[in-house]
Amino acid sequence: MNSTTGLSVRAVASLPGFTLDVGWTVGPGFTVLFGYSGAGKSLTLATIAGVMRPQHGRIRLGERLLFDSASQTWTPPQDRRIGYVSQGAQLFPHMTVRRNVEFALAGVPRGGRAERVAELLERFRVSNLADKRPHQLSGGQRQRAALARALAPSPDALLLDEPLSALDLPIRVEMRELLRQVQRELAIPVVMVTHDLYEACTLADTLVVYSGTGTVQTGTPRELVGEPATPEIRRLLHAIELPASVLEKRNGSDARIIPIDRKEHVA
Amino acid sequence: MSAIADIVFPLRLSVQVALAATVGCAVIGVPIAYVLGTREFRGKALADVLVTLPLVMPPVVTGYYLLLLVGRRGVLGALTKTVTGTAVGMAFTWEAAALASLAISLPLAVSTARSAIAAVDPAHADAARTLGRGELQTAIFVVLPLAARGIIAGLALAFARAMGEFGATMMVAGNIPGRTNTMAVQVFNAVLYGDWQQATVLVAVLTVTSAGLLLLASRLTRAVAR
Repeated sequence: MNSTTGLSVRAVASLPGFTLDVGWTVGPGFTVLFGYSGAGKSLTLATIAGVMRPQHGRIRLGERLLFDSASQTWTPPQDRRIGYVSQGAQLFPHMTVRRNVEFALAGVPRGGRAERVAELLERFRVSNLADKRPHQLSGGQRQRAALARALAPSPDALLLDEPLSALDLPIRVEMRELLRQVQRELAIPVVMVTHDLYEACTLADTLVVYSGTGTVQTGTPRELVGEPATPEIRRLLHAIELPASVLEKRNGSDARIIPIDRKEHVA
Repeated sequence: MSAIADIVFPLRLSVQVALAATVGCAVIGVPIAYVLGTREFRGKALADVLVTLPLVMPPVVTGYYLLLLVGRRGVLGALTKTVTGTAVGMAFTWEAAALASLAISLPLAVSTARSAIAAVDPAHADAARTLGRGELQTAIFVVLPLAARGIIAGLALAFARAMGEFGATMMVAGNIPGRTNTMAVQVFNAVLYGDWQQATVLVAVLTVTSAGLLLLASRLTRAVAR
């Protein structure tokens, strides 16, 4: 694994009624967080994005230490250079698609912005919707515009919280392909949360499975489906029959089991 | 003063006072509402009480505090005396009336704006931050525009309340004909001198304005709730 471009997360956060306690390390490819609802997958994304601060842990993206409770290190979200498409509010409802994307380009000199916006809108096939408001778009169009916006500042990583769950099947298939392409083109770590096992296994270079019992298992889909670490993970991964093609060997990491109570993550 | 002037001057003064108080509410109240609506901090309950206090206290009491603050024998007087040698107060001026109206109407502006700001999905503010925008820009470009209707509703309520302010105004601005006799004060004068016709006209104007502004505010807040 290329540790200089990977992402490692160790986060412990006590919230009313829920305790997040996870740790995993992944390479620069496409990572999918999969598991039961309420296991803390979305919260993990929020801590990586920096919109939620855990009490303890350590988050590192490539060479950059974004959070470390031991040394009181904390990079605020606006300085993290991490694209984050959250589940709830994807676009600013009071701005057109164009304004939404422009908003993300504060760091780009004014002269270059229009060109960059045009390029992004073109890339995500929303050029013809540039002057529309989010409520005038379909679910798929909104997702493509949200991706354009999240990628506008050229982030070092991209986080996607169930980006496809609200979409109709044909659009989902198309979006999956788009997400794979984006990851390959940009070669940055992409971390996506999903509840859909088929989607998880088709997209993931590395699968991170959150079981309900405080264990996280990391590996390629084939490795995890072949050797689930716990009965819960087996139940999760064998819920549906997956076509063999889905589990083709991809360049992921080695399978590892990281018990939740470990104080250090595996580097 | 002719009968018409007895109505026109207080009307003009009240509009001027209410406009100044509303601008004050926007400048002071919106930042307060933003902090109360988006942050948790120690002493928040106390801050909340302080902002809301003028809403439940008798306006005369608020007016008394303001007099202590800006009167010649108050804090302002003492300050100006140490700096310039002469005590200067701003009591019994139209500015004092505006200050009284500001203090009384601020809680309305803050509470309405605050609920609108708190109702904005925090995911939008989070998104703005992850896109590289700091606190101030997130507030100005994302959160406040999304709460705009509620903020305007709060300011409309504040304006309506300021238009008819009486108790605090009497205390700190007094009842000086041609200077500080706002509409509500003039209603009091008219009744005192038995000029029921004048009182009726002023009361009608105040009632219609208040009702109109309330209607506007409720339309704006209903759109927020939707």
